[in-house]
Amino acid sequence: MPPVLQGIFTIIIGVGGCVAYFYFSNLVLDKVIFPARGPNAGRNINRANKVRPWLFLFPAMFALGLYLAYPVVGSFWRSLFDRSGNNFIGLGNYIDLFQGSTFRTAVFNNLMWVLVVPAMATFFGLLVAQLTDRLKWGNIAKSLIFMPMAISFVGASLIWRFVYAANPDIGIINALRDFFGLATLDPLQVRFWNNFFLMFILVWIQTGFAMVILSAALRGIPEETIEAAIIDGANPFQVFFQIKVPQIMGTIVVVWTTITILVLKVFDIVYTMTGGNFGTHILPSYMMTYMFRDDGRATAVAFVIMILVLPVMIWNIRQARAEMR
Amino acid sequence: MADLKLTDVEKAYGEVKVLSDINLDIKQGELIVFVGPSGCGKSTLLRMIAGLEKITGGELQIDGMVVNDIPPAQRGIAMVFQSYALYPHMTVRDNMAFALKLAGKSKSEIDEAVNRAANVLQLGPYLDRLPKALSGGQRQRVAIGRSIVRDPKVYLFDEPLSNLDAALRVATRIEIAKLKESMPNSTMVYVTHDQVEAMTLASRIVVLAGGGIAQVGSPLDLYERPNGEFVAQFIGSPAMNLLAGEVVGTGQQTTVKLAGGGTAKADIPTTDADMGLKVNLGVRPEDLVASDDEEFLYQGEVDLVEALGELTVLYFKPEAEGAAPVLAKLAGIHAELKGRNVKLKADPSKIHLFHNKVSLLYR
Ligand SMILES: Nc1ncnc2c1ncn2[C@@H]1O[C@H](COP(=O)(O)OP(=O)(O)O)[C@@H](O)[C@H]1O
Ligand SMILES: [Mg+2]
Repeated sequence: MPPVLQGIFTIIIGVGGCVAYFYFSNLVLDKVIFPARGPNAGRNINRANKVRPWLFLFPAMFALGLYLAYPVVGSFWRSLFDRSGNNFIGLGNYIDLFQGSTFRTAVFNNLMWVLVVPAMATFFGLLVAQLTDRLKWGNIAKSLIFMPMAISFVGASLIWRFVYAANPDIGIINALRDFFGLATLDPLQVRFWNNFFLMFILVWIQTGFAMVILSAALRGIPEETIEAAIIDGANPFQVFFQIKVPQIMGTIVVVWTTITILVLKVFDIVYTMTGGNFGTHILPSYMMTYMFRDDGRATAVAFVIMILVLPVMIWNIRQARAEMR
Repeated sequence: MADLKLTDVEKAYGEVKVLSDINLDIKQGELIVFVGPSGCGKSTLLRMIAGLEKITGGELQIDGMVVNDIPPAQRGIAMVFQSYALYPHMTVRDNMAFALKLAGKSKSEIDEAVNRAANVLQLGPYLDRLPKALSGGQRQRVAIGRSIVRDPKVYLFDEPLSNLDAALRVATRIEIAKLKESMPNSTMVYVTHDQVEAMTLASRIVVLAGGGIAQVGSPLDLYERPNGEFVAQFIGSPAMNLLAGEVVGTGQQTTVKLAGGGTAKADIPTTDADMGLKVNLGVRPEDLVASDDEEFLYQGEVDLVEALGELTVLYFKPEAEGAAPVLAKLAGIHAELKGRNVKLKADPSKIHLFHNKVSLLYR
């Protein structure tokens, strides 16, 4: 069978299966299990209505359980075994992790990423959103700044490899150094600062996201509150920081936490740029170094990441809900 | 506390002129109301006075100083918006204190001003609430309080009551009237499309129409001596009836023969040259009374009766399909008149005459 037909066939079976599930399960509930006939008709209708939501929720809950709950439990279980997966070693993987210096570097670096990237991306996003708001060519500027969002992390990393290239004919940084008569160096090998060079790639990508969301939020601010503040004597900075920013605080928090969660997942940039060398590992890239070699260790790292993300995630969802009200 | 002077003020958005030839002298202590149909430029004019909209021609003076290019905060004005425009993230107290804080006033000065305003507007119990925990009427009072604390020269109101329900609107209107009474020296400019607000609040009304000022005058002036058909029909509800006719007698009183067969005398002086002049006779529904004698101003078949208890509104069958019906407002209950033929007359002092839409009094 040609692939196209195969695809269509799959879609038909999938969609048809879903429709059939809802239709027939509902039918069975109403006609067979709690029929609206006989002496108990009234009671049966009530019972059927109590069961119906669960009936309709079941597929979603089942899928979530299968693809979300089971992997969490399964990963945790796996992280308690050694490399081969046969010998139970308790928290051995975790203990080893916390004793290793690379893991500690990765945790420290990740902390920096979590502090710097969301802050910078949100700040730049807000800045661009505000500055381009009234400009005629603001939308063009915004499109340009949003564009990196459409590039994969690996693609973006490849672009930035050129920027950081240790060759004044290719890399901007070394071209500039060359211009001022400084010797060529490899930015990615400059200890400590190389982390910031990597972070900047993600900031470059995520600024567009922050900008789009915050731009919409800024436009949602009632114009009259701004005019009232102008009449009250506020200068542009006061209008921005005392009237506009407080009114979109909820959105800023959502953007900030969303990027934070993303930061805790991104391994591609480090993986592509330095492979974690020169002291640039972060937890996800560190996890990747163990993946398929020592799944016990890798899942242990994964679990640490999950525990770090969890509180941010809860806060994020709370804020997003409050925003929607 | 200031005079306001507008000289040849105009506003254009690009090529489109929305206001022109605005000349207006507002004296200290007046409450001026701008009225006019929607889209006639009331808000635009108010926002030009506030400094939120650029004045594209002419001159605006506050207290003798040209302020065309002076930013809003330094004009000594305060504005109350239709949508209240409270800062949603600040408590009532902070909303009112914001301008004073920006001006660098001391804490004690700010507290005193805020508490004084809160007392006047009975906002004391709500000072630490956020705007979203207030009712519409309370919010608008906070907005008014926010302008009071600044002790401005001129208060500007842009349809402040339009977002309130009918009962609250009346209550808040009375509060604004009292507020004005308690500050007899303050100058206020008030925009509304509601003529009841205009009639009850204004010391003078400015009727805006067609990109300019149609007439300026005290409320009763506009009611009794409108300068043209537009103002005549805009002020008063239901609107003034207009009946086509021709001048047949001149002198201290003018006699008009109407197209519908009636005749009427008006206390409006005319000269022999006016003989045969085509005019529109205007008479307000409330000035019409039933007539038993031979002489009548209008006669027609009653199409619809609205009995409101203290008065009855009669809608007469229009002469032609689609023409505006003649209305009469009679005191008392007259439900039995539906379908009957009724003759009406009016006192000569209540008759208005217009030629080419302009009142004969203002030729
Ligand atoms: N920014 C603008 N650009 C172009 N025309 C405008 C603008 N703002 C208002 N107008 C026009 O100016 C006129 C007056 O508007 P406005 O003052 O809001 O009327 P009102 O308050 O009397 O209802 C309207 O016809 C409106 O279409
Ligand atoms: Mg308006």
